[in-house]
This record gives sequence, C-alpha cells and structure tokens, in this order.
Amino acid sequence: MHATVARTASGPNLRQKLAARGFDAVTLLVLPAAIFSLCLFVYPFAFGLILSFEPKNGGWLANYQRFFADAYLYDTIYKTLALAIPVTLLNLVLAVPVAFRVRLMRHQRLLTTILVLPITLGTVLVAEGLLNYLGPQGWFNRTLMTLGIISQPLRLVHNYWGVFASLVITGFPFTFLLTLSYVTGIDPALEQAGATLGASAWQRFRHIYLPLLMPGFAITFCLSFVQAFSVFPSAVLLGEPAGPTRVISIAAYQAAFEEYDYSMASAVAMIMGFVQLAIVIAVLASRGLFYRGPATGAKG
Amino acid sequence: MAIALSQFNEVRLDRVSRDFGALNALREINLTIQRGEFIALLGPSGCGKSTTLNCIAGLLPVTGGAIWLDKSRVDTLKPEERGFGMVFQNYALFPHLNVRQNIGFGLKMRGTPKAEMERKIDEALNLVRLQGQGHKLPGQLSGGQQQRVAIARAIVIEPPLVLMDEPLSNLDAKLRLEMRAEIRRIHNELGATTIYVTHDQDEALSLADRIVVLRDGLVRQVGTPKELYEAPEHLDVADFMGFRNKLKGKLVASSNGRAIVDVEGARISGRTRETIPDGSTAYVAIRPDDLVIGEPGGNALAVSVDTAEYRGREFVGTAHTKGGLELVFRSFQAVEPGTAVHLVAGEDNTLVFSEPV
Amino acid sequence: MIRDTTLGAKLWATAVWAMVGFFVVNLLAMIGTVVTSSFATRWLGTWLPIGWTTRWYSSAWNEFQLGDVLIVTFQVVGVVVLISGALGVTAAYALARRDFPGKRLLVLLFLLPLLIPPITFGIPLATVLYRTGLAGTFWGVVAANLVPTVPFVILVMIPFIEQIDPKLEAAARVFGANTFKLFIHVLLPLLLPGILAALLLVLVRTIAMFELTFLVAGPTSQTLVVALYYAVFAAGVRAVQSIDAMAVIYMVTTLIWLIIALRFVNPTQIVTRAKQQPAH
Repeated sequence: MHATVARTASGPNLRQKLAARGFDAVTLLVLPAAIFSLCLFVYPFAFGLILSFEPKNGGWLANYQRFFADAYLYDTIYKTLALAIPVTLLNLVLAVPVAFRVRLMRHQRLLTTILVLPITLGTVLVAEGLLNYLGPQGWFNRTLMTLGIISQPLRLVHNYWGVFASLVITGFPFTFLLTLSYVTGIDPALEQAGATLGASAWQRFRHIYLPLLMPGFAITFCLSFVQAFSVFPSAVLLGEPAGPTRVISIAAYQAAFEEYDYSMASAVAMIMGFVQLAIVIAVLASRGLFYRGPATGAKG
Repeated sequence: MAIALSQFNEVRLDRVSRDFGALNALREINLTIQRGEFIALLGPSGCGKSTTLNCIAGLLPVTGGAIWLDKSRVDTLKPEERGFGMVFQNYALFPHLNVRQNIGFGLKMRGTPKAEMERKIDEALNLVRLQGQGHKLPGQLSGGQQQRVAIARAIVIEPPLVLMDEPLSNLDAKLRLEMRAEIRRIHNELGATTIYVTHDQDEALSLADRIVVLRDGLVRQVGTPKELYEAPEHLDVADFMGFRNKLKGKLVASSNGRAIVDVEGARISGRTRETIPDGSTAYVAIRPDDLVIGEPGGNALAVSVDTAEYRGREFVGTAHTKGGLELVFRSFQAVEPGTAVHLVAGEDNTLVFSEPV
Repeated sequence: MIRDTTLGAKLWATAVWAMVGFFVVNLLAMIGTVVTSSFATRWLGTWLPIGWTTRWYSSAWNEFQLGDVLIVTFQVVGVVVLISGALGVTAAYALARRDFPGKRLLVLLFLLPLLIPPITFGIPLATVLYRTGLAGTFWGVVAANLVPTVPFVILVMIPFIEQIDPKLEAAARVFGANTFKLFIHVLLPLLLPGILAALLLVLVRTIAMFELTFLVAGPTSQTLVVALYYAVFAAGVRAVQSIDAMAVIYMVTTLIWLIIALRFVNPTQIVTRAKQQPAH
C-alpha cells in the first residue's frame, strides 16, 4: 500500500460528498451532448417561436392572423390532415393483422428486411419510383388493363392518390415494425391461458391482446401520424403542390425559401408543430382509458 | 505456496458511517481485523453488510469515519489504488476475456512482467483446481467453475485483504456446500485475511473465525461462532442464529446472569446477558431441540398439540398455549394432535432477552 | 402459439398474406421500374424497353456531377457518424449509469428530436443557421444532421449500456484499472457491438436524411438525396433514364450500408429502439 498517513479521521473529501449526490466525473459526460442539444434544438425552437411573433409588418400576431385569414394558408392544415389521418388509420388497420400473423413466422427476417427497404430509401426515392410505376404507362396501370379491370389508365400521380400511395409505401412498414415490436412483447402464455379458459381466437384478441396493446397502438398511431403530417418531398413530386396536396410543410417552405419571410415561415412551423402536438395529446389522453401496467414479463 | 500475501497487521474500521440521503445505511461501525482472520459479516438483507464491504472496497464512498490498514488511511483512496481482492456475488467475470485473462486482469493493470504473470496465473489455476480450463470464456463454465475463477482472480494479485460478497448465493444447495469447503481449504492454504458477507448463518458458522452480526447499520454482536450460537446478546441476534421459539412474558426476578420470566402464569428461568428491570416485558427464547415433553412443574408450559410431523429420527410438532402462544418442539415419541401435554425448557439452553429496540 | 385450423381462420390467414404479397410485389415492382428504366434506351408504351444500355450512368454522372456529390455525401456522413458517436456514447453512459436531478428532463430533451419530424424543427433550425452564416456550408449540413443522430445514438446505447453489469466495472476498478484502462480493457470491448450497430444505423439514416440537408444545404454542400430531389423536381430538363440512373446509384449507396448494418442489427431496430441483443 502506498497511502501516507494524511489527515486524521475527519469527514470524507469533497469528491466523495458530490459523488454521494450522484454528481461525479461520469455524470459530466452528459454535458457535451446536452449543450449540443440546447444550442441546435432548444435554442432554434425558442428562437423560431419568438421570431414568429416579430412579423415583417403588422402587430405581434400578424403572422398568425394572416395564416388564419388566408384560405390558401389555413387550408393547408385541412389538406394535410385529409392525407395524414386516413393514411395513418389505414396503415395501422393493415399492420395489426399482419403483425399478428408475422409473429408466428419462424423466419421473420426476410419480410422485415424487405419492409425496411422503403424506410431506408426514403421519401424522395419512393416518390421518384412511384412517378414511373404508377404513371399512365407504368407497370401498375398496364397490369390492371391487361387483367381487364380497367379500360383507361387510372390517374394516380400528380394528385392526392400519388401522395397517398407514397405515404402507404413508406408509412406502412414503419407502422408495421412498431406494431410488431409491441405484439411480440406480450407473453404468449397469456393467450394460452385464455384458450384454456375457452376463449375463441377473436375473443382472445378482443379481451386479452387488445387491452394490453392499446397503449402501444396509441403510441404507434401518434408516431405514424406525425410522420405522415410532415409529408414534404412526395407532396411536391407526386402530388399537386399548388392544389389538393399543398400541405402545410410546403407553405412553410415557400414562406422561408421563396418569400424569404423567416418570421412567417417560423409561424407556419409552429402551427404545424402545434397541430401535431394537439393530435398526439388527444390520442395519448384517451390512453388513460386503457390498462397501462406491464404486459407481464415483457419489457414496457 | 508461491502466492505470497502482502504483510500487514490489522485492518481497522473507525466509526465508519454511510448515509444514503436521510437513510443511515451504516452507523459508526467499529471493527478491527487481525492478519489471517476470516471474518463473516452476517445479517438480513438491508442490514448494511454489503454496504460495509463496498465501503472497504472503495466502491461506495464513506460519509463518516475512516478505514485504516495499519497506519495507512485507505478510505480516501480510489478502489483501484487500494489493492484489495474481491469476489462478487454474481462473480462479475469479464465476459469478453477468457479464464486466464480474467485471472490475469489485476496483474496486467499492475504492469506485471509477462513471464511472471503467466506463472502466477498457472499457480492460481492450480490452487482453484481449474488446470486446463484457462482458454474458456466465462460463458462456457458452470456456476461452480465461474466461482473458482472469481476466487483465483481475487487472490492472484496477493492482496492484503480479500473481500467476498455473498459468493455462494447463486449456487444450488449441493454446490454451495462443495464450494464452502473449497473456500475453507483455500483460506487454510493461503491464510488470506478475508471479509465474507453472507445472510446464511450456516455459512458464517462453518467458515468464520469471528462473526459480526449487523442489523439496521449497527454492529449487534461480534464473536466466535460458538459464542454467537450459544450466547447471543440480543433477541434479534438469537433470532438470526437459527430458529428459536419466542415467548413474551414479564420479568419476575434476575440475578447473576439468571432470570425468571412469567409466561402466562408459568415460571420459566434461563440465562441472560442483559440487565432487565423487574416487571418489564421480557422474551424467552428456546430452540425446538431444547423443548421436550415432560412433567408439570418448573420450566414447564401447558400446551395443546396442533400437528406432529414425522421427520425420520424424530417428530417435529407445533402446539399452542391457552393464551395463544405458538411453539415448535421436537419429540422422539409420537403425539396425537389435540392432546394436552407439558413442554419443559432446559434451563441452561433457555435465554432471556429484553424487549428489542 | 395457438394455431387455428378452421376454415374461417384459414381464409383470414390467406387474406392477410395476400395483402402482404400485394404490398411487397408493388414495392419491388416500383424499385424494378427505376432499375429497368435506368438501363433502357427508349421505353414508352411497352412492358419492357426496346433496348438496353448503360450510357445513362455516365451521362448522369457527368450531368449531375455525381463524383462531387458523392464525395460531399460521404464526408458529411463520416463526420456525422464520428461526432454523433462521440457525443452520444458518452452521454448514454452517463445516463445509463447515474441518477441525478433533472435526468428525466434531459432524456425527454433527447427524445424530442426523434419524435418531432425534421421538417418541423428544420425550418427554425435553418433560420438560425442562415443568420449565423453556417447554412450552405459543409459544417451547417453536418450540424443540422447531428440534431436527430446524437439523440438516436444516446437512446440506442442506453439500454445496451444498462445491460452490462455495473459490477464488471466495479471489479475492474477493484483489480486496479483506472478510468482509462477501464475504458480500453473492459468498456470498449463490451460496448463495441452496440456502438457499431448504432453508428451503422446513423450512417444509413444520414444518407437518406432529406429534409434537414435540403433546408440548410448550399450548391456545394448537397448530399446525394438532395441532388436527386432537385433532379426529379426539374424533370423534363434531363432524360428520365438519366434521373433513374442517379436514383439507382443512390439506392446502391444506401443499400450497401443497409446490408452491412443488417448483419449487426435486427431490421425492427431501424424503427424501434427496443430489443437489444445481449452483449455476450
């Protein structure tokens, strides 16, 4: 041992006192990331919020007054919701039965890998691909005509349905993979217990899985909705950015980069954030109606 | 033996305290350990025994008092500067290192030359009887083998003090007995000064030179296994050293380490190490072995038998007094449930305690 | 699991699989369209092109200056991966190992950039970056991309670090390892699989990150995905096949890394942060 007889048996030193409260060198490791996040996330957000109340001309609320007075602007909220809500509901409704089926598969990996492709490739590529594929000369229309289902090509791009399709292609895998992680988190013994007590497949879903999964579905809905609500490149490339698919992010982008009115752009971004928040809070608040404890042994 | 242990005379805990916020996990622990001693820290969970060990190891800072190794103060040192060996409850073997690398970890940190390191690892492997297993990863070993690696890793650095934190609690009953004997053997071979934390009184009794019983962060009693087993100073210590019937009563008289207690009208006399005022509440503690069916009279309690289970050589029975006190007793003859008998407590093995605080 | 064998259950299963099949076929056909078109000499009004050629790749490479764009893309992605790894792993370690006042708030702060879509916080972020003059530069693009990736690394690494027994670190300390040796000999080898997985996911996400790069990039700091957007946006100026060739180059760049990433992570992890493999 190489310790010298230092101080007499007094108290512990400062390092030990701070450590006892949870502050030591290790805790300080969080600082770089926290400072980074404050500078590049919290500060811009706060800055944008304040900037939105300092319009180019007019009173402090002028940006918001202009937004809600101009149909060309406030209609974007309605148009975005008209895309985001049906798409999110459709994705969730499709994802749930598929997740329950895939859960039984032994080799899920191939399917999940294929499904992760559109998420990884991103909205720009999906928009580019659908532009050809769904176009009047594309394979999709060609197949339907060959099968005799239609006689004229369907108009599927440069309108609402083009954007809708792109949101399904990128959104469904996202919703599905989230749902799958919740569904596989539930102990299969619960279903077996239900079966021994005489519950049919539907009753097991309705009375065992659904109550346990409701919180997970609510979160999945929120995350999927927020993604769909912020649709941007495909609304421009696959939709009618001046007409029915003029979504709110286009309005924000135009304010910033075509009118160079950053104050107005910030206001639109804040409105976009607020609508997302309102829907998320509404969905999560209704979660209070459901069971929220652990789904046995399963993590969270 | 080539593993030579650092020389020192004593480890001294001087009023060591440890607070977690408002909770006093340890309250002024004083303890002196001589070189070569095997000390067991015994107590129920939450008594502070693991906290004491972690304070000695340096894994928890003390909030008061000091720890001395002869004349050197060690509680202000970082754990890596103290040079103690430690065996963790779940072994804490490095999963990415093989057995040899695990054992050699401490030597490597000390910058030991390669050849010397290899030689010492070989000796440690021999000592724990794991020759030929050196290149396995911890995940490929059984629980008992992992335990041996953990012990080898702790002693190969030739520490002045070996700390063991409930090392046997993860093993099944049979392996636990086997490893207990191994720890005993290794201690006998090396004579390493050891502090051993356990909640199992059998382990403490069979391994330790001295046992320290802790409760609520306080040292309740320090003594040899025999002293603790036969003459516990407090009711909670007695409780912890094997099962005893506890009978609540009033103290009638006491003198010269003897006391008489009134239990539901019956007079029971026994030994006491406390001074209990006459007329105050007192407890009589009797092991089931020392409670036998006998005649009415001195030290006898009238009871009604509830159950009697056959256990091979003898019967274990339960009974209750008319006041509702529950008792466990042994009997060599069969007794029918429902019969009224008298249970006689042997005077020398009956202990009297004051009301616990 | 309980398998039903009634007719209704079989029909239901068939319907579900048919739907999955429909989705996968359309997805693959969409990708196939892009690939086919990129090799087509002329493709109008037929199932397959009249002839095949690879010349669109060289013309796309020259027209869109893909050499420069790819260099910028890999520089951006490389720097983002390194910085988010350094900031994220250290912060995740502190959050996994210590309890301190304000920890929950901090975790929420790191969660928000992952939950809020990039376009929502991207516009105020771009405004700030334009005011400071960073927008349009290489470092502006890196800074914007770090906003979601640093939290991503933190949230992937926290459960990974938590499942490493703190007793291992205690053991390393007791046996004489100082902080540096503890990191080199114990933490790094144990954390490496997790760090690798997290950083590969960051890499794939950053290549595909359109919105943030789009909002802050200038002509010399565009990544491939932004260049692709501009090419599609200005469709008509260039041959469709040329744009498709660029899209294929983009797909290949992304998919190579995706395939590498999938060797270390479960596809589900690209979306959720649950389900970590044990370290050993």
